Amino acid sequence: MSGTIVSIFTKYALVGAFLAVAVIMIISYTFASSIKQRRMGSAIAIVVGLALSFVAGKYTGGSKGLSDVALFSGIGLLGGGMMRDYAIISTAFGVKFENLKKAGLPGTVALIIGVLFSFIVGSIFAFALGYTDPVDVATIGGGAVTFVVGPVTGGALGASSDVIAISIAAGVVKSVLTMIITPFIAPKVGLDNPTSAMVYGGMIGTTSGVAGGLAATDEKLIPYGAMTATFYTGLGSLFCPSLGFILIRALIG
Amino acid sequence: MEIYGFGIVAICMYIGSFIGMTLGKVLGISGNVGGVGFAMLMLVVFTNYRESKGKPLSERTQNGIRLLSALYIPIIVAMAANQNVVAAFEGGAVAFLAGGVATIGAILLVPVISKLTAGKNDVEKDLGGKRA
Repeated sequence: MSGTIVSIFTKYALVGAFLAVAVIMIISYTFASSIKQRRMGSAIAIVVGLALSFVAGKYTGGSKGLSDVALFSGIGLLGGGMMRDYAIISTAFGVKFENLKKAGLPGTVALIIGVLFSFIVGSIFAFALGYTDPVDVATIGGGAVTFVVGPVTGGALGASSDVIAISIAAGVVKSVLTMIITPFIAPKVGLDNPTSAMVYGGMIGTTSGVAGGLAATDEKLIPYGAMTATFYTGLGSLFCPSLGFILIRALIG
Repeated sequence: MEIYGFGIVAICMYIGSFIGMTLGKVLGISGNVGGVGFAMLMLVVFTNYRESKGKPLSERTQNGIRLLSALYIPIIVAMAANQNVVAAFEGGAVAFLAGGVATIGAILLVPVISKLTAGKNDVEKDLGGKRA
């Protein structure tokens, strides 16, 4: 009986993922409505997703959250990079070109400052907590940029795998934290217009975090934040293993 | 037709990724540098161009694109259910402090950068955007 159910779910993996996400969203939106915070529905759904991912990770010992559970393997497909990017592009529909032009300069400035800021902060904490090898420091600094930049930096510089794991963890912390705190902090930092959304995307950079955070704040802002965020990982992958590493080696090497 | 909307987004994605990957190669790093960003830019330019010509996409084509963007939040929820949250918790103090402080600091800097660079835009808004 349970074997039949599992085999249906694995056979129709993507359909199972739609079902699972629909259930998560119904529960989250019902809860949000019941506490009179309907706009928080998607934020709650994202947190529920993360929580399930944590439970599943503990249970399976895998690294892909809920999708490591056979029953929910389709979650990996639905929530993977391909569908995420495909859907994210479509959100640019309806964006006015003038708004983009207006936010071009602030967005670019935010990108450069954002990558530098995260790299420096990450590196300082790595150094302060006992990592003295410039390769390790740069790798963890890269992780504070995004969880892609960390491994790219560590791979390029030949860091050990545990340091790379820490750099990924730093990036995941960033991504998760961004998703959770953005809706709460948005009113305080003026995150309510296309320009500030582009600055926000450029400052934070982690595409998943930014997209999740903006989804929970105001869906209309997603394309603006995502647009700059998508350049962030590229810029970070470019800067951290090269100039960033040279800088750190000059300081502590 | 709705599928045309899917197709438009798909072609934007392919062209954008091609630009991103070529850029990555030129810069000597593997991967896709801003490919999604280029794709989004392309969709914006294409749809704005059609509208400026007085030939917006047909309602059904638009519906296709809207369906995809409506799927975005559910996809993000699935993505959240896909993260290695356990690793984030087990990365220890370094991961938490490096990732956490970088995030909170960067968010707090958002209004500073916005103000620094966007003063001119407020003026434009006051003037009804005529100077833009």
